[in-house]
Amino acid sequence: MQRLIKILKKPITSTFLAIIFGILVAGAILFFSGYSPIMAFNTLLKGIFSRPKYVLKVIEKSTPIILTGISVAFAFKTGLFNIGAEGQYIIGSVVAMMVGVSLRLPAIYQVPIIFFAGMLSGVIYGGLIGILKAKFGIHEVITGIMLNWIAFYLCNFVVDSQTFHKPSTMRSLSINDSGFTTLFYKWKISKEGIEYLRQNKWLSEVLLKTDINAGILLAVVVAIIVWFLLYKTSLGYSIRAVGNNAKAAEFAGIGVKRNIMAAMTISGAICGLAAAITITGVSPHAIYKLSMFENIGFNGLFVALIARTSPIGCILSGLFFGALNYGGNALQMDLGIPSEIISITMGSVLFFVALSGVVPMVANKLAKRREKNVE
Amino acid sequence: MLSSIMSIINTTLMYSTPLIFGAMSGVVSENAGVVNVGIEGIMTFGAFVGAAVGFYTQNPWLGLLSGSLAGVILVVLHAVASVNFKADQTISGMALNFIGPGLSLFLCRLLFKNKTTTTRIANKLPKIFGLVDVTVLLALLITILLWFVLYRTKWGLRIRSVGEHPAAADTLGINVTKVRCTSVIVSGFLAGAGGAAMTLGVVSQFTPTAISGQGFIALAAVIFGKWKPQGAYGACLLFALAQALAVTFGGGRIDIPSEFLSMLPYVLTIVVLILFVGRSMAPSANGKPYKKGKR
Repeated sequence: MQRLIKILKKPITSTFLAIIFGILVAGAILFFSGYSPIMAFNTLLKGIFSRPKYVLKVIEKSTPIILTGISVAFAFKTGLFNIGAEGQYIIGSVVAMMVGVSLRLPAIYQVPIIFFAGMLSGVIYGGLIGILKAKFGIHEVITGIMLNWIAFYLCNFVVDSQTFHKPSTMRSLSINDSGFTTLFYKWKISKEGIEYLRQNKWLSEVLLKTDINAGILLAVVVAIIVWFLLYKTSLGYSIRAVGNNAKAAEFAGIGVKRNIMAAMTISGAICGLAAAITITGVSPHAIYKLSMFENIGFNGLFVALIARTSPIGCILSGLFFGALNYGGNALQMDLGIPSEIISITMGSVLFFVALSGVVPMVANKLAKRREKNVE
Repeated sequence: MLSSIMSIINTTLMYSTPLIFGAMSGVVSENAGVVNVGIEGIMTFGAFVGAAVGFYTQNPWLGLLSGSLAGVILVVLHAVASVNFKADQTISGMALNFIGPGLSLFLCRLLFKNKTTTTRIANKLPKIFGLVDVTVLLALLITILLWFVLYRTKWGLRIRSVGEHPAAADTLGINVTKVRCTSVIVSGFLAGAGGAAMTLGVVSQFTPTAISGQGFIALAAVIFGKWKPQGAYGACLLFALAQALAVTFGGGRIDIPSEFLSMLPYVLTIVVLILFVGRSMAPSANGKPYKKGKR
């Protein structure tokens, strides 16, 4: 009993319960719409795990949202709602693409320069929100939303411009291949590579049908750095202090404005990094003309909230999100179930995460009842 | 010249209407101390239900009512979680942004032969004197009504007091939970109506992009208007005017790339905020769940 109470009090327990309940709600909706929830669940799992290609695709799709999730989570620690992550990601990918197309340097320079450019543009775009908030007191939600749309139209302008448009497509030119970070890219298209892969089916599926890259490792590293920054450095301490109680922090001599700007800058940098990873690592190494937001940044909000703003937790919740999203395609293709059931699932999970404060409350009640019984 | 001014005014009113509904939705709930970041999701659901009911019953008014009620159904989730269970308001609001669009498209595919758009409705909401949509007038009336309720009635005082200082309101015998719940439900009603106003008044069918960001713009308009109905109304009009200008002068009439014209409303909003509006103060208890006995 004591153990049960202890387990219930852990935040991760309520998150898992939220996920289970969310999936149950989605199952019920499917059941009442005349589909078999068991079959759907099976198909979903198959669509995620049954082939190495699927697993790798999930990881590839999760990488950017893990990072935007970390970015949002970081801003949350200062009490800022970085709804502008979407714009920071878009700007990052636009600039990374422009630099990658314009420069043709050896990989050892090309790759770092693209990453630097992507992150710098994220820094500027996120920092702008921070400055407007700190100096003019303009709410970060307003500037975030407005800057998202500005980035949206800027992206379309660049894709359509003469310099960067790839004729008769809806996308920009691809960056020069010295900037690719796809693993074994050179070898994959070399003669020996093709020869070797022809004989090894498993490896050819892994390497040729996916854009496997080191991005996920980078995301893990970023999560660890951000965790370290938040909990082991004085900058992190002051950032969290501002988030917890800005007035108290001010009295303690912690500059609220400075920390708001610092947090937004770093938050923007992480979004820019996510964009650079996608542009260098995932084909076609280009940006598309947008008709709607791609939601990489908005989904970061989801990832951060499910993880309860823990940077390490963002890795797991990002993978969860990516897996559901990718597996949802299988539902549509194999069973004809509208893939929107995935959004419903995610929304329900998020809803139960919001409710999950109830679980420790139940645990407390159980503990109290036990004490009474002992007496 | 005169005709283009008329068309700018007309377009402004058309674009502003769904925004105003959304913004009033935000004003109601945030004045009571509950942040509602789910307006976008609620509007989408209202837009779908409104269009679907409007199509099946051939009666746009019934559609508008159903859309609003659909908003209420969705927002009850947010109300229960954030008010009764003291949940994090941002999280439960964000949940609606996934559930609303997800449910709309899911049901749309089930009801309309696996398509993501509803069939066009035969009867749109009427126009007054054949000029402006009736929803334009409704939006204005709701704004005035909301201003009156918030600042001239006992009810409004209660709403604002639970948003400013719920503990003080509680000691005066105001039922904080009840007032907050009611406000959030009204908020859902208005957001649903805003969505339905879009599909029944402007575009005459539901599409996945019928509501694309209006809910978030409305959220921004609430803050821009300093949490006051009249302020938010003005913010929506200004924003829609900029959009109307961009549309009117787009299409090759000026030698500026259309993308930059489209940016105009967003840039203008930021500039106006920097120059004229400045610091905005939210209701003090906005976003904070009220727990009895805590200061």
